[in-house]
Amino acid sequence: MHREYVYPAFGRFWHWAQSFLILFLAVTGFEIHGSLRFFGYEQAVRFHNGAAWSFLVLIAFAIFWHFTTDEWRQYVPTWENLRAQAEYYLFGIFQDAPHPTQKTRQRKLNPLQKIVYAGLKLFVLPLVWISGLLYMFYRYPQKYEVLALDVSALQPIALAHTVGAFALLCFLVAHLYLTTTGHTLTSNLKAMVTGWEEMHGDEPHAAVEPAFAPIRDAAAQSASQAR
Amino acid sequence: MRRPGRSGMKKILLALVGLAVVASLVVTAVRRSDAGPKPIEALRATYRTKTKPSVDHALFAQLKGPFAKPQLVTAACISCHNGRHTEVMASSHWNWERIEYVEGKGIRAIGKKNVLNNFCIGVAGSQQSCDKCHAGYGWADSSFDFEDPLNVDCLACHDNGGTYAKKVGGAGMPADGLDLALVAQKVGRPQRTNCGTCHFLGGGGNNVKHGDLEMAQFDTTRDVDVHMGTDGADMSCVDCHKAEKHQMLGKAYSLSSMNRNRVACESCHGAVPHEDDLLNQHGYKVACQTCHIPEYAKVNATKMRWDWSTAGKLKDGKPYEEEDGQGNHAYMSIKGSFVWAKNVKPEYAWFDGTASHHLLGEKFDPSRPLVLNTLYGAYDEPDAKIIPLKVHRARQIYDTKNLMLIQPKLFSATPGDGGYWGDFDWNTAAAAGMREVGLPYSGSYGFAETEMNWPLNHMVAPKGKAVSCEECHTREGGRLASVGGFYMPGRDRSTWLDGLGKLLLLGTLAGVVVHGGARFWFWRRRQGGM
Repeated sequence: MHREYVYPAFGRFWHWAQSFLILFLAVTGFEIHGSLRFFGYEQAVRFHNGAAWSFLVLIAFAIFWHFTTDEWRQYVPTWENLRAQAEYYLFGIFQDAPHPTQKTRQRKLNPLQKIVYAGLKLFVLPLVWISGLLYMFYRYPQKYEVLALDVSALQPIALAHTVGAFALLCFLVAHLYLTTTGHTLTSNLKAMVTGWEEMHGDEPHAAVEPAFAPIRDAAAQSASQAR
Repeated sequence: MRRPGRSGMKKILLALVGLAVVASLVVTAVRRSDAGPKPIEALRATYRTKTKPSVDHALFAQLKGPFAKPQLVTAACISCHNGRHTEVMASSHWNWERIEYVEGKGIRAIGKKNVLNNFCIGVAGSQQSCDKCHAGYGWADSSFDFEDPLNVDCLACHDNGGTYAKKVGGAGMPADGLDLALVAQKVGRPQRTNCGTCHFLGGGGNNVKHGDLEMAQFDTTRDVDVHMGTDGADMSCVDCHKAEKHQMLGKAYSLSSMNRNRVACESCHGAVPHEDDLLNQHGYKVACQTCHIPEYAKVNATKMRWDWSTAGKLKDGKPYEEEDGQGNHAYMSIKGSFVWAKNVKPEYAWFDGTASHHLLGEKFDPSRPLVLNTLYGAYDEPDAKIIPLKVHRARQIYDTKNLMLIQPKLFSATPGDGGYWGDFDWNTAAAAGMREVGLPYSGSYGFAETEMNWPLNHMVAPKGKAVSCEECHTREGGRLASVGGFYMPGRDRSTWLDGLGKLLLLGTLAGVVVHGGARFWFWRRRQGGM
């Protein structure tokens, strides 16, 4: 067993802020939807709108972070090991087989995660953001000048937003369960809190220093080492 | 030159952030102070200050009297206010009709004179009684001269002394024994008693028709009517129903068809009266009244249903009356049976400001309730908003062969003149009334279900009592449950999308349980096998 520093500080902050916001948005959102009663409709709307704006601000910072650190490359889907990873979840995991993909600072996601997270970032979350912004800003009839926002009915906007909400809920359930599939039941969870994750087997690499280390530099380094 | 180091950069950044925070605080503070006093407070101040009349009519020689007949008072008024009578004679208070465009029916002269309702049905044949509320003297039958200025009744609307009254069944003439000179010396701007005497008592009793206009509003509290409450703004009718050349602002859609001359909340409160923009946005599609008139008939009950078909029962050959438990008439031999209600939640409908009317002589299908005044409007129409309504339902007399509503003669001056209230014979009453309006009567009658829509505009509640979000944004049983054509969050959803979503969620949960269970089982087996 060894420890690996996988999640840098901002990544962890972003992850937890986003997870609490999404949970809160789910509760208030489904209250607005009429599925449950908790805060009362008026408060639910206010809280939902407030949380939505916080989410958008957080996302703006997160996008900036992903591009300045090249962290976005972690989410580029790959065929490599995809089949092995699927087979692991379907069969190997029950036999205590080793993880087919070793988690490192430079490769925090396995091939299945890459696909799911890329889908989340490219389709599900934008669907929720865009339909949510339209929900807030559509006007009928249009009284001001932004004619482009003159959507004549809330229904398609609301339904798109609902689709996104259900997709995120399903993701949440699967995601929470899959955190238990690390070296121990809680090693993934601990890693997302501390940044350090316990791994199977002996150290394959020296632990990367918990300093600011852009992926690009590390990637270039390993490439030159390979040569 | 040295570039700023890491700590230098930090300081610059911190300074920038600090500056931004201070700047935003300053901007908010300035914007707050720019707003000045809240407009609602300015409005209150405006209406609390009561204007005093600039002249004392008691000092005018022309009004010393005595006046042998009311027409002489009118002549005295005109001698100073010359020409003003022509304004009154151009108004609907005088003509009881006006030229309106009625959708699908063209340009018509309609009004109280010729449009049927489902209360006392119509004035034709009963002018002597109904015209107690006409702003004129002596309109007893169709021979009345609408061109004679001396028939204008100035006093009904301008008596400020509170002594003027019109005679019951007197075709608009003043009550007997009035000192007309005394009345004339105390004239002024119309007060709520002038308007209320007719508008609160329309339909033959207090609060019968409107539901939101009744005698309680002569002197009431803010809780009942936030505008008219004498403990608050203490506004009188004409503060909103302003008049230019005796043409009053305001529409009653029991008679009006066109979207014009309406009183709007927005003309005082503006289009964005709330501090909260989310509430202001509701104003695009929801009328102010919808949230701010949570209930009507707050003090005395209003008539919700009128069944003419039970009228005519006599005890010992004489008409009688019965009361319900709350002191309202439940039955009257002359009118039939009634249902009254107090603290009523409105019904709601889309309304774009235009209406149509079922006009005298039109045929209809008696198998369905006939709407006497259809209100137009739908979500898709840019001007349409949701408004609150009192819907008055009735069963009233119609011609079963000609399929036409009947204008019966109700008031009876002398026995045997056909007036239902004297003779209690529907056949003669129908024949006399239809003769009066120039329409045929087949000789066979029945009773048909009719509905009338009365938009609610008064009895606005204090803001703390406005309708809350949940009362509409709720899955079932909300106030707007039956108002369609749009998606309302909290009420509407796609059942198949929600079903699919739940299925997907349950599927995911099931997958997790099965996968997790299998892991646990294999783990136990490995433990056992070791």
